Amino acid sequence: MAIEQITMPQLGESVTEGTISTWLVDVGDKVNKYDPLAEVLTDKVNAEVPSSYTGIIKELIVNEGETVAVGEVICKIETVQASTKDASPEEVKNGELEEVTTNDLSMKKRYSPAVLRLAQDHNIDLTNVDGTGRAGRITRKDIESIMKQGVRATSSASPDTSTTTKEIIPQQNTEKKASPVVHTGDIEIPVTGIRKVIANNMVKSKQEIPHAWMTVEVDVTDLVTCRNQVKEEFKQKEGFSITYFAFFVKAVATALKEYPAINSTWAGDKIIQRKDINLSIAVATDNELFVPVIKLADEKSIKGIAKEINELATKARAHKLSGQDIQGGTFTVNNTGSFGSVHSMGIINHPQAAILQVESIVKRPVIINNMFAARDMVNLCLSLDHRILDGLVCGRFLARVKEILENMNKDTINIY
Amino acid sequence: MAVMTYIQAITTALREEMIRDEKVFILGEDVGKKGGVFRATDGLYDTFGEDRVLDTPLSESAIAGVGIGAAMYGMRPIAEMQFADFILPAVNQIISEAAKLRYRSNNDWNAPITIRAPYGGGVHGALYHSQSIESIFANQPGLKIVMPSTPYDAKGLLKAAIRDNDPVLFFEHKRAYRLLKGEVPEEDYVLPIGKADVKREGTDITVITYGLCVHFALQAAEKLAEEGISTHILDLRTVYPLDKDAIIEAAKKTGKVLLITEDNLEGSIIGEVAAIIAENCLFDLDAPIKRLAGPDVPAMPYAPTMEKFFMVNPEKCEKAMRDLAEF
Repeated sequence: MAIEQITMPQLGESVTEGTISTWLVDVGDKVNKYDPLAEVLTDKVNAEVPSSYTGIIKELIVNEGETVAVGEVICKIETVQASTKDASPEEVKNGELEEVTTNDLSMKKRYSPAVLRLAQDHNIDLTNVDGTGRAGRITRKDIESIMKQGVRATSSASPDTSTTTKEIIPQQNTEKKASPVVHTGDIEIPVTGIRKVIANNMVKSKQEIPHAWMTVEVDVTDLVTCRNQVKEEFKQKEGFSITYFAFFVKAVATALKEYPAINSTWAGDKIIQRKDINLSIAVATDNELFVPVIKLADEKSIKGIAKEINELATKARAHKLSGQDIQGGTFTVNNTGSFGSVHSMGIINHPQAAILQVESIVKRPVIINNMFAARDMVNLCLSLDHRILDGLVCGRFLARVKEILENMNKDTINIY
Repeated sequence: MAVMTYIQAITTALREEMIRDEKVFILGEDVGKKGGVFRATDGLYDTFGEDRVLDTPLSESAIAGVGIGAAMYGMRPIAEMQFADFILPAVNQIISEAAKLRYRSNNDWNAPITIRAPYGGGVHGALYHSQSIESIFANQPGLKIVMPSTPYDAKGLLKAAIRDNDPVLFFEHKRAYRLLKGEVPEEDYVLPIGKADVKREGTDITVITYGLCVHFALQAAEKLAEEGISTHILDLRTVYPLDKDAIIEAAKKTGKVLLITEDNLEGSIIGEVAAIIAENCLFDLDAPIKRLAGPDVPAMPYAPTMEKFFMVNPEKCEKAMRDLAEF
């Protein structure tokens, strides 16, 4: 692989600059040598800039409408080594040829009559078939081997349903991913039950919601000190552990009360701001993910929250969560720190407006008053639905959460 | 079963047919005392005498014309053109008379003549001793053109040609004469004219060809098999009229077809084969129908390098076959 640069060509003897009027390719596009990349406007001619290489567009440096001098780099192409030199037939021996074919997929969608007929007769979705022919072409033999294996790359959606409802779309997509050829020794796990629900929800959320992300760093040294002091006593007295997560949930609930916009739902033509603050918390078991809800979290004490987290987690792991337990969430707090994660970008729990990932608390050197100090630091990563929320309100919300957490100390915290 | 060269198979067929039917006789240039310039009629003069193995003047139109006339009167002549290149003076006799005789006479007359001629290049024969001339006769209903590729086929098909009640052109690749050896049954057997033959079973690509090129394709297929490319090879054997069913079946088998001929590309036999496939196999085709043939230049050059450029050979076959397999 090599990155090659395409420069603004000299389009006429006296021309010194050109304007990119239209890009004919996008980043990630596969181009062949001499394929047109862009339309260029000069004061003399309108012309197309051909690619000097075969490869993948890595970067478009000049925007449409921008004028640059002749010789300036306008885009970058990642090339396959073998194709940069002009491969003459003699040079194209087995090894090199394979390299070219694996990268070049220009023939992937050119179907021969035989391939089309077989695909139609056996209801095979050609978009799911990997071709072994030149430049990714799907050969008749490819289809025949699929037919022989009985592994059907069929799409379950009949033509009429694909146009009707949006709900179908996520299902189609999750199924498409399951279509690769299965080799001996591979294990096939049918996507059913909770896994299917998770998959559909995630796809729906990721496809529908324009996610944006934000992270703040919070100094929780005082909170850590305080919690460590009460930990043993609490456990003895109450019979369950008091986790950091309960403090974070409390802080989030308090901040949400002050920033109700975050606690809302997208409803197509309107945004619904929820009165109740019901916090979903993610609880993972080996193969499953549950999101039970702490209802009216803002009205509960840290102890109350801790107790409820404990109960919900226990229920989830025992598969005893009721419908009541998982309904009505208005915002999600995800304890990613429990796996040691220090940064993540959560997928919003549809149809909520945002999700907050509480990362691992890490002791780090921090400069305070021009001096190094060992502090307990934690990252809070927020994913927001940019249809509902903007950076400003989210920034303020996160700042407020940060403020609440940083002011949690033995004098201010009221666990009970 | 005996292993014979291609030309021994020809001679054997001639001898056996002359023994079987005394109406069979041979005429041609140097076919008698000399036994033919390639020795195809070697020993026949001694066995059957000058009445049945006739040395003729250097006049191809006379050889063909005398043969046709004798055939009309019930004889079974085998006329030899010393080189296929020299058949051109006899074209009028063959096309205007022999081919059309049965049709013109409303079935009253027929001409059971066999015209043998060595064709093809790769023997440093240059212009007058290298041509492929089958396409000249390949749109003349009434004629049959047989071009066997193995000693076994040569014997069986030559017997069939001699016994056929209408004119048959029997073209033998002169380079095959001593190059190709194979098992040939000693007993009498006849192979059907008009039937192609699968010379190799395969699943990736189909090669349809005839004559010496079958041999080249088989060699290339052997090499490609090591790379995992499986080649199906159909030998046309009779290039006119074509065995359409066999062509269609072979083309459908893999959907990737390479047609090979040593003749000049344009207007050659394989163009008609391509047309048959195009008409009948559209929805089975997985690649364009490809052709490998001699270039469209007037004649086989004499210079070895240029002759090599003109000739189909195993390397060219292998390249074209691999190219199609990878498509």
